[in-house]
Amino acid sequence: MGATVAILIWAVTAATLWMFLSGRWPMPELISLHGQGWDSQYLMTIIIVGIAFTLAQIGLGWCVFKFTDKKPGPATYTEGSAKVETTWTLITAAVFVMLGITGQRVWAHFHLTDPPRDALMIEVTGQQFAWNVRYPGPDGVFGRTDVKLVDDAAGNPLGLDDKDPAARDDVVTQNQVAVPVNRPIRLILKSKDVTHNFFVPHARMKQDAVPGLATFMHFTLTKPGKYEVACAELCGQLHWQMKAFINVMSDEEFQNWLKERAP
Amino acid sequence: MEPTTTIHHHAPPSSFIRKYIFSTDHKIIGLQYYFLALVAAFIGMGLSLLMRIKLAWPTETWPTLAALFPEGFAGGQMKPEFYLAMLTMHGTIMVFFVLTTAPQGGFGNYFLPMQIGAADMAFPVLNMLSFWFTFVGFVVLMAAFFVTGGAPISGWTGYPPLSALGQIAGPGLGLGQDLWVISIAIFCVASLLGALNFISTMLNMRTKGLDLFKLPLTCWAWFTTAVLALLAFPVLLAGGVLLLLDRNAGSSFFLPEGLIVSGKVINRSGGSPILWQHLFWYFGHPEVYIAILPGMGATSQILATFARKPVYGYRAMVIAIFAIGLLGFFVWGHHMFVSGMSPFSGLAFSVITLTIGIPSAIKTFNWLGTLWGGRIRFTSAMLFSIGFVSLFVSGGVTGMVLGQSSLDLFYHDTYFVVGHFHMIMGVAAIFAMFAGTYYWFPKMFGRMMHEGLGRLHFWLSFIGVYAIFVPMHILGVMGHPRRYAQSTAYEFLGSALPLHEFITVAAIIMALGQFIFLFNLFWSMKKGAKAPDNPWEATTLEWATSSPPPFDNFGGRQLVVHHGPYEYSVPGAPKDYIMQTDPPLAVAKH
Amino acid sequence: MVATLPPKPETYGRAPGWPPDDGGNRDNGGGFDKPSPPPSAYRLGMGLALVSIFMLFVAFTSAYVIRQGQGQDWQPINLPVVLWLTTALLLLSSVTLERARQRLRHGDELMCNRWLTATTLLGLGFLIGQFVAWRQLAADGIYINTNPHSSFFYMLTAAHGLHLAGGLVGLGYITVKMWRQSYQLALAAGLWTHPKKELAIDLMSLYWHFMDGLWVYLFVLLFAWT
Repeated sequence: MGATVAILIWAVTAATLWMFLSGRWPMPELISLHGQGWDSQYLMTIIIVGIAFTLAQIGLGWCVFKFTDKKPGPATYTEGSAKVETTWTLITAAVFVMLGITGQRVWAHFHLTDPPRDALMIEVTGQQFAWNVRYPGPDGVFGRTDVKLVDDAAGNPLGLDDKDPAARDDVVTQNQVAVPVNRPIRLILKSKDVTHNFFVPHARMKQDAVPGLATFMHFTLTKPGKYEVACAELCGQLHWQMKAFINVMSDEEFQNWLKERAP
Repeated sequence: MEPTTTIHHHAPPSSFIRKYIFSTDHKIIGLQYYFLALVAAFIGMGLSLLMRIKLAWPTETWPTLAALFPEGFAGGQMKPEFYLAMLTMHGTIMVFFVLTTAPQGGFGNYFLPMQIGAADMAFPVLNMLSFWFTFVGFVVLMAAFFVTGGAPISGWTGYPPLSALGQIAGPGLGLGQDLWVISIAIFCVASLLGALNFISTMLNMRTKGLDLFKLPLTCWAWFTTAVLALLAFPVLLAGGVLLLLDRNAGSSFFLPEGLIVSGKVINRSGGSPILWQHLFWYFGHPEVYIAILPGMGATSQILATFARKPVYGYRAMVIAIFAIGLLGFFVWGHHMFVSGMSPFSGLAFSVITLTIGIPSAIKTFNWLGTLWGGRIRFTSAMLFSIGFVSLFVSGGVTGMVLGQSSLDLFYHDTYFVVGHFHMIMGVAAIFAMFAGTYYWFPKMFGRMMHEGLGRLHFWLSFIGVYAIFVPMHILGVMGHPRRYAQSTAYEFLGSALPLHEFITVAAIIMALGQFIFLFNLFWSMKKGAKAPDNPWEATTLEWATSSPPPFDNFGGRQLVVHHGPYEYSVPGAPKDYIMQTDPPLAVAKH
Repeated sequence: MVATLPPKPETYGRAPGWPPDDGGNRDNGGGFDKPSPPPSAYRLGMGLALVSIFMLFVAFTSAYVIRQGQGQDWQPINLPVVLWLTTALLLLSSVTLERARQRLRHGDELMCNRWLTATTLLGLGFLIGQFVAWRQLAADGIYINTNPHSSFFYMLTAAHGLHLAGGLVGLGYITVKMWRQSYQLALAAGLWTHPKKELAIDLMSLYWHFMDGLWVYLFVLLFAWT
């Protein structure tokens, strides 16, 4: 019996490792600057964690393989060893705290550094079940909005106030975010109704869009192409369909794209 | 004249209702909790299978299911809101009425008094009330299936504004959501009554000679769990009261200004959706340990029994249980890294979270240390406990990924999270319950369970669990968000469907395997071999009485404890185990 | 530690005379008494119940503080004057309960009963006063959904009031039982010995003083702390 259990444990361990290591189910291709730090932190974590996982499972299998009641003689009587216990506690403590501290670099890069002054401002407002995207237009200022003016049917999902000159040149699109490649972006996230989450798997980033609150993301995308944005916070029955695209293009293309959509 | 003294005779009740329904006997109450959880677990499992079917074959039509659930399967296909209703109810049922109910209310109720040599809990009437509150909470929750609009769709975490706005925000968010909140509130009260009973019992009712450090680790785990429940559930109760008022009294604790839902302006102002998340997770994280700590206790007990060795590092284990419980109160923010709370608190929550890995690792090492050099008897209970250790490792290591705020930028609310928490607080805890059932069944029912069926049940469950939840991690690596009714809308999830199919097939096989357990349970109650008083040659006090125990547990004897809880294979002893009640020995232990 | 090995391995782990001869005890039908827990268990249990109530109000308080710092819609309501009276009644009731406890300790049951009755009436008066305060606010057009401060006022006073009402039920029960026992009317319901009376009133006073203190705290939180 011991051998069977051991083989079973080792088999599921091998299968688990294979699923992670085979490369058949890769992470989405990386397109962001901070994502490089993210990927290396993840790689380091998953290697350490993978080793811990493998050693523990092999050890567990070994124990049940070796120490069955078929083995002659009585069990070893021991209540533990302070030395052994202290040693392994200190080792795990060192490894885990190290992981915790190194992981902070990526976090700090994403959240605690200020975006440069020339960062492109984009405002994204979630609603059930779409993303409204707004660019400030040539004046670089987001115009006034008013809840009372919101009218999805009339094409004013954000309630832009025409009386405000700054609002007149704002570019509003739905589910389409165009960004110039290699330029820092500052994304302002809002929500009209419930909590949503703006998740760009390729960029290794997500942030809740909370009603009544503005949250921020600041990032630089490095690879041109069209990438999917998924909602990652349960927002209602069509949560799974709340999808947008982030379109990374050259600066020239981006300017044209904006012009085409200028009001 | 002095009034004549009245007779306080606590003779066991004989009527059916007082004996089995409104019983104050902790053993009956333990069984009531256990069977309530068993019913809840099978309902919850059924709901998960419905979800799995939708995920694996999203566009298939199901005429049979459509006949059963005409609203959820309008046109034969499962509607996404039905999927979300299943998801919400699955989570709520499993977390509250299975993972919180069986390990603590069930086994804890039955065996805490027995393991401390007491005749009952400190407050038997309170104990009865806490079960019946739990039961009413369960009935109220089930009622949500049958009201207009159906069960709520806001997930077991019930985040406002979605959960606070009512029908306008989606189906099931009307009366169904109200029932959900009320059920949770009732459950909170039940858990609080239970918790204070557990703590008082363990501190006051121990028999002679049973010092705190002679207690089995199961008792320490139930005690710590009760402390966590006592401090965590009031906070959830507070959140529930506020949510109920937001929904029905027009207040705005969680609702901010300027909401526009389905084209309508909502006339509320000033509230904070994040406030709910803080209240909820202040409870929610300790709740994870409420679910798993009793499992850790049972595992320690069973590993020692069948390895014929003392638990390795007993004191370290007690300290680790406390450390996990204590740290559990300072990490709730790791559920909220991307919620919009201050990024600086993200730093702190992240580091504290990773330190929980330390006591968890101590537990794992000590379990391996307990097995090392043992003479393992592979009973069904032992197999499930070994399985628990394996799952605890597998589910624990991924916590080191999710605990890092930076990695959460990708992994938050993906299937990686689903895989992680199912491994560690879901099936690991359930494995411990299975182990506990196989281990304590002879004591509870006076008969042995069928070992062959038990082994078969283990093989299917162990392979099944890995086949289901490892691929879920892989879905997470691909970036698959959780709570999606289907994955087909996204190109980056192109290769998800075959994995979903694989998981679903594995889930169906594993679910069928659980009926082996169910059969074994009821068959053994009637037809199992007669159990001796101490079939496993174990040491703790519950084995020092008949199987099943008499009404007052020890037949009027006061037990006197002379030994630690896990004295197996003591050199020089006449047998390979010394029961806690055995007379003192004149032998050198080392 | 010196002791002898047990005489017979066969009886290992068995207390002498075990199992009892009446085989009927081997299922759940034995006839033994279950001993009651020591008084300390009741005191601890009450203490733990108070800890959980404390946590409930800690959670409400943190919500209060966060909500007050959030948004610009916080408009404090005016303190209903009757609350000064109810506060006085409740404080007084703690004093009378202490008197009752003290009298019982001196064996003066009659006075104890009288003070208990006074406490019950004062508690009842407090609840009526709270209700009057609600009606006054409603008459002024201030309801639970009027603004966040009124929401918290209604919610916190109701939560406290419910807990106090529960205490009042307990207090009423003890008072009635004590009176009945003094007049020897309580034979059928089971008599309380002197220690049991002291325990009941001790537990009651723990709860009652806590509710009293909680009210003072809420009063300060709602109307003095800004």
